[in-house]
Amino acid sequence: MLRVNNLHAEAEDTQILKGVDLEVNPGEIHAIMGPNGSGKSTLAQILAGHEAYTVTGGEATFEGRDLLDMAPEERARRGIFLAFQYPVEIPGVNTAYFLRTGLNEIRKDRGEDPMDAMDFLGLIREKLALVEMDESFLKRSVNEGFSGGEKKRHEILQLAVLEPRLAILDETDSGLDIDALKIVAKGVNSLHSPDKSTVVVTHYQRLLDYIVPDFVHVLMGGRIVKSGDKDLAHELEQRGYDWIARETATDSVADAVGV
Amino acid sequence: MSGGDAVSESKSTDRREWYLASFRGFERSLNGGTASSLHRIRRAAIDCFAETGFPGRRDESWRHTNIAPIVRTSFRDAPDSPPPGLSADQLAPFTYPGLVGTQLVFVDGHFAPSLSSQETALSPHHSGVVVGSMATALKEVPDLVEPHLGHHAPFAEEGFAALNTAFIRDGAFVYLPPGARLDAPVHLLYLSTARCSEDPGHGPGQEGEEAPVTYPRTLIVAEDGACGSVIESYAGLEPSALYLTNAVTEIVLGAETRFEHYKIQRESGGAYHIASLHVTEARGCDFTSHNISLSGRLIRNDITTVLDGEGVDSTLNGLFLASGEEHVDNHTSIEHASPDCVSHEFYKGVLSGHARGVFRGKIHVHQVAQRTDAYQTNQSLLLSDDAEITSKPQLEIYADDVKCSHGSTTGQLDEEAIFYLRTRGLSRDVALGVLTQAFAGEILDLIGCEPVHKRLAELVSAELGATLHSEAPQ
Repeated sequence: MLRVNNLHAEAEDTQILKGVDLEVNPGEIHAIMGPNGSGKSTLAQILAGHEAYTVTGGEATFEGRDLLDMAPEERARRGIFLAFQYPVEIPGVNTAYFLRTGLNEIRKDRGEDPMDAMDFLGLIREKLALVEMDESFLKRSVNEGFSGGEKKRHEILQLAVLEPRLAILDETDSGLDIDALKIVAKGVNSLHSPDKSTVVVTHYQRLLDYIVPDFVHVLMGGRIVKSGDKDLAHELEQRGYDWIARETATDSVADAVGV
Repeated sequence: MSGGDAVSESKSTDRREWYLASFRGFERSLNGGTASSLHRIRRAAIDCFAETGFPGRRDESWRHTNIAPIVRTSFRDAPDSPPPGLSADQLAPFTYPGLVGTQLVFVDGHFAPSLSSQETALSPHHSGVVVGSMATALKEVPDLVEPHLGHHAPFAEEGFAALNTAFIRDGAFVYLPPGARLDAPVHLLYLSTARCSEDPGHGPGQEGEEAPVTYPRTLIVAEDGACGSVIESYAGLEPSALYLTNAVTEIVLGAETRFEHYKIQRESGGAYHIASLHVTEARGCDFTSHNISLSGRLIRNDITTVLDGEGVDSTLNGLFLASGEEHVDNHTSIEHASPDCVSHEFYKGVLSGHARGVFRGKIHVHQVAQRTDAYQTNQSLLLSDDAEITSKPQLEIYADDVKCSHGSTTGQLDEEAIFYLRTRGLSRDVALGVLTQAFAGEILDLIGCEPVHKRLAELVSAELGATLHSEAPQ
């Protein structure tokens, strides 16, 4: 589904990704972990098409097509979804309109008829229940005045409405209390299916107790330096990241983490 | 503008002579109507104009708006009778579907009874409410008109207001007696039928190719405890015609009145529109102005509201869109002349192309106006690198116990918000449209009259859609 090969990227002349390799197949859940500043969020944003980053080498394909060539909206329409670490507040755009417009753009691309307001209301009620959000959110401006937890649940609500093939969750667990974390995880798990894939970007192992990954990757110094199964996440939780830096001990990684 | 000899050589003083001569002609056409008290005001106004003429760029309040193209142009009176064949269908785009109140239509400055609501009897009906043309009101209910007409909007040292006052002939008069309630808004539609110059090489100012001018005059008087709303719409039939609308509106509000005023400005792309609105508010008034400016070559609005009694709550809301070479200048002035009053002001502008915007928001708190609470905010969105806004809050505070604040922001659309929308499947163009409309929508959403809100939302959406389309790369 997603193949990333030797991806290099920079922002404002600073090299952030220095050769990332990643392969995600249908039905798989991958976790990308790593210390702060290792490039996790950059990778997530690049996969969604953020223009602040320049890809300087390597390639990425999604279902066989060149991903890096696509505009962000094209990626969304083909089934890539990024749950933002910091969801953007958009004053004056009501949440129902925002959700329905996005859904209808994607439906249009799939050759389906747009959903009218009534049908959409039926759909959204079901999805709201999934993330335990109140219908009153629909009338509010997108993310404006939402608490941290509400913003993250709203991201999962969008995921539920848009039903992407590949969901990338960028630090969706940050700032969540344990109850909100469980709600988010329940939403993600219930949307998962054998033909869909999920990439969970996180700093902590905690979320992975609820969204259990098939693969765990450690991103350090702009490269994936170690991969394993879910036990790797537990090991990282106990031992931190330094031992991996010593184990891999390449110059670039050592530089990046300052050991 | 034409390079015609007579015009390019003309100086402001020559222009002054031209208007004075025009006034003498106007006086002759009045056929003995020059003995009225109104005519004394007209004369006083033309004398003021003779003395001060048009404002120049050295005038602080006109520093950012160049009126030279208006001064240079020879404006003639618009034709007396509307062009034959003007039908209600042609008016439809300028009305508000679902609005049920009285509608008065003025074509080129003259009341057009056949295009207006049939029930607009001028003589006061049982409720005592009067809605009708100024020309008729002056004849039939002078006692209601004359104490106010020309007595509120100042014309000394205000060249354009002086000319409007000197040439008062027609317009609208709305009178609400004490305690009266208007069930639905009165709609005043001032329409220009000016045509585009057939030969662009011979622009206005050439002999036989002058541009028309109208002087719409509106007077609204609401006595104590009355409640109502009036919509003034200004529009041109021809999309790019050149003409000048020089409008003055006076609103006089008695104690404890609740009043909403809408000004919807949709002049032709080539038109000049210079207007002033003067509001006097007595004790306990609740007044809101919605000032929406959608098109026109050069637009200037002067809005002054005098809080002339305790406990007034006054709101000025405004939205202006300008694209291409358009210039929009909104000058507002809130005179806190009494204690314990509240004023709120919220203006937004969306500028694209080479458009220029000016916002001046003056809040003047007089020494007696203790416990004033005044808040002003102005936000501008620039959709192109060449668009410009000048925003000038101006607080003059002479009382010591006041709460006064202002905020002004200017910027582009938030790139992170654009990216967020795109990751949800919206194209960049659609995302820009959604965000720009949300920006403008914040002002439109303050409009309580649903038919007006709905129609304006459509118009703004269409205007911004066209603007964003022309700003798109390639």
